[in-house]
Amino acid sequence: MREISYRQALNEAMEEEMMRDPDVFLIGEEVAEYNGAYKVSQGLLEKFGPKRVLDTPISEAGFAGLGIGAAMVGLRPIVEFMTFSFSLVAFDQVVNNAPNMLTMSGGQFNIPIVFRGPNGPAHQLGATHSHATEPLYSNFPGLKVAVPATPRDAKGLLKTAIRDDNPVLVLESELLYNIAGPIEDKEVELLIPLGKAELKREGVDVTIICYAQTVRMALAAAEYLAKQGIQAEVLDLRSIKPLDRETIISSVSKTHRCVIAEQNKPFCGIGAEIAFQVQREIFDELDAPVLRVAQEEVPMPYNERLEAAVLPSQEKIIEAVYQVCYL
Amino acid sequence: MPATIPVEKDATKLPGLERELHLLYQMLLIRRFEERASQAYQQQKIGGFCHLYIGQEAVAVGALAAAREDDYVITAYRDHAHVIARGASLNACMTELLGKPTGCSRGLGGSMHFFDRANHMYGGHAIVGGHLPLASGLAFASKYRGEDRCTLCFLGDGAINQGAFHEAFNLSALWKLPVAFICENNLFGMGTHVARAASVKEVATRAKGYDMPSMIADGMDVRHMRDTVYTALQAMRKKPHPFFIEARTYRYRGHSMSDPATYRTKEELEKYKQEDPIADFKAILLSEGKLDETKFQELDREAKRLSAEAMRFAEESSELPLEDLHKYTFVDGADR
Repeated sequence: MREISYRQALNEAMEEEMMRDPDVFLIGEEVAEYNGAYKVSQGLLEKFGPKRVLDTPISEAGFAGLGIGAAMVGLRPIVEFMTFSFSLVAFDQVVNNAPNMLTMSGGQFNIPIVFRGPNGPAHQLGATHSHATEPLYSNFPGLKVAVPATPRDAKGLLKTAIRDDNPVLVLESELLYNIAGPIEDKEVELLIPLGKAELKREGVDVTIICYAQTVRMALAAAEYLAKQGIQAEVLDLRSIKPLDRETIISSVSKTHRCVIAEQNKPFCGIGAEIAFQVQREIFDELDAPVLRVAQEEVPMPYNERLEAAVLPSQEKIIEAVYQVCYL
Repeated sequence: MPATIPVEKDATKLPGLERELHLLYQMLLIRRFEERASQAYQQQKIGGFCHLYIGQEAVAVGALAAAREDDYVITAYRDHAHVIARGASLNACMTELLGKPTGCSRGLGGSMHFFDRANHMYGGHAIVGGHLPLASGLAFASKYRGEDRCTLCFLGDGAINQGAFHEAFNLSALWKLPVAFICENNLFGMGTHVARAASVKEVATRAKGYDMPSMIADGMDVRHMRDTVYTALQAMRKKPHPFFIEARTYRYRGHSMSDPATYRTKEELEKYKQEDPIADFKAILLSEGKLDETKFQELDREAKRLSAEAMRFAEESSELPLEDLHKYTFVDGADR
């Protein structure tokens, strides 16, 4: 085992898949000569040349759609959005053309494409640059949505996404790019299936369901709670779609209490769906109503103190755990 | 020419006279198919939106007669003609309108989403302008693979004011992608005249902002359409770059089946009906001695017969089983 950063893990995933398959190419703003706005594509232009690593103009709808068109005839584009907040400019391409094509064509055209880039709030970027888009994209059948939280998951999920024959969104996080974590050696082919959650920490008293940015908060909360005598289980979804219902149900059946820590707005958010699934499947197993820790329901303020108040946090998760444990 | 004429996928390979008759026959096929579809729509056999191409036949038929069999073709939602001209059977097209699994999109696409992979027909697309970036992507793929095939992308005049149009034009010109954007300027984006929608007087002018070559074609003249597009494609094959062609045409029906088209005068409609692409081309062929009335009637009867036969086939086709509902959402696990 070695340690690499989340950024490096994504870079390795792209490098390995581009080595493996000449049909894979990368397009997006600043991905080539600038080496990526967040340096995720560092060195790829040098390795693969301008035919396969292409800087685009600032035309999200244009290059997202171009990727989909190329995928219709069998190429396997990786489309980087500088942030998923900008993917909203390409929303029609991502939610109409990518996931609908297979159905609309009666099964004639699948779209093997990956849309990737940072998603969710970063630090004081204000309302337009802080969107957590996972509830939006999870609402469209035909799209798969991965939300890696660790370097290992980032690499394994992105590699799987590139090999998937369907459109997959890999929602990364600017706040995680610098985080290091253990990962297999480069020689090991690391593929992590979409739709498989992972227990990041085992426990018996409460299940904290989390993904992407909230995994670190949940782990820190569990660490703190352990000292209070509460053994929290931390379940990292890793993919929102497909959703690993089985692992969710089995964990909550064991702990009987559930807190969902999500990075998006609560209304029609990921937690709303999971809470529904849990009560639908194991109503009788629950010892307390499911609680959600999410953003406050406001456009993101720039002010640092207010932003912190909007975001989910370790403290808010701990507070929710106390509530479901009636403490 | 025999009574049943297969739609030739690569009309450039036909000998001269047959090639010309073939153009006429394809226009007749499309016209008679849509007249039959129009009746069926009124009888509520067809659901959803249905946009007829009647009046514009010379555009698709002429342009596609200039294309190679392996060229990529993509269009907007007024798509019946392009799919038929590309070689799909009337049976598959009519059945699609009735929403059944023997349709060209297995009844899952409908009028606005005709697809035909075997004939390199990459769809009817129903968000105005949304398919232009896809066309750039198709052309990108052929350039990526070092192929000399071109992409033909049809669009309406309404699309030229969409953001996706401008992004696709810029990207295609910037990256020198071999895509011919063929704007079917029928003067109206639904009920809004092009002059009330576009800042430019001439649609073709749009290309100038992207340093893209452009041409204006008479979209009521099938030969002129064919020759214009052929010229563009030849240039593009030699050296990949995009091309913009404005085809000036007119639709005789409303925007869709539900549109009575009250935004235009009877006089205007009558004026354009005097330029009917089928009647005009028939007259030309008659005058050149390439066609006689008997032959014309024979072709027209065949087009009507195939349209009626297609409707019978469609009505007799079975429904998609409900168990197949989830079969086409994702590729894996789906029994394609």
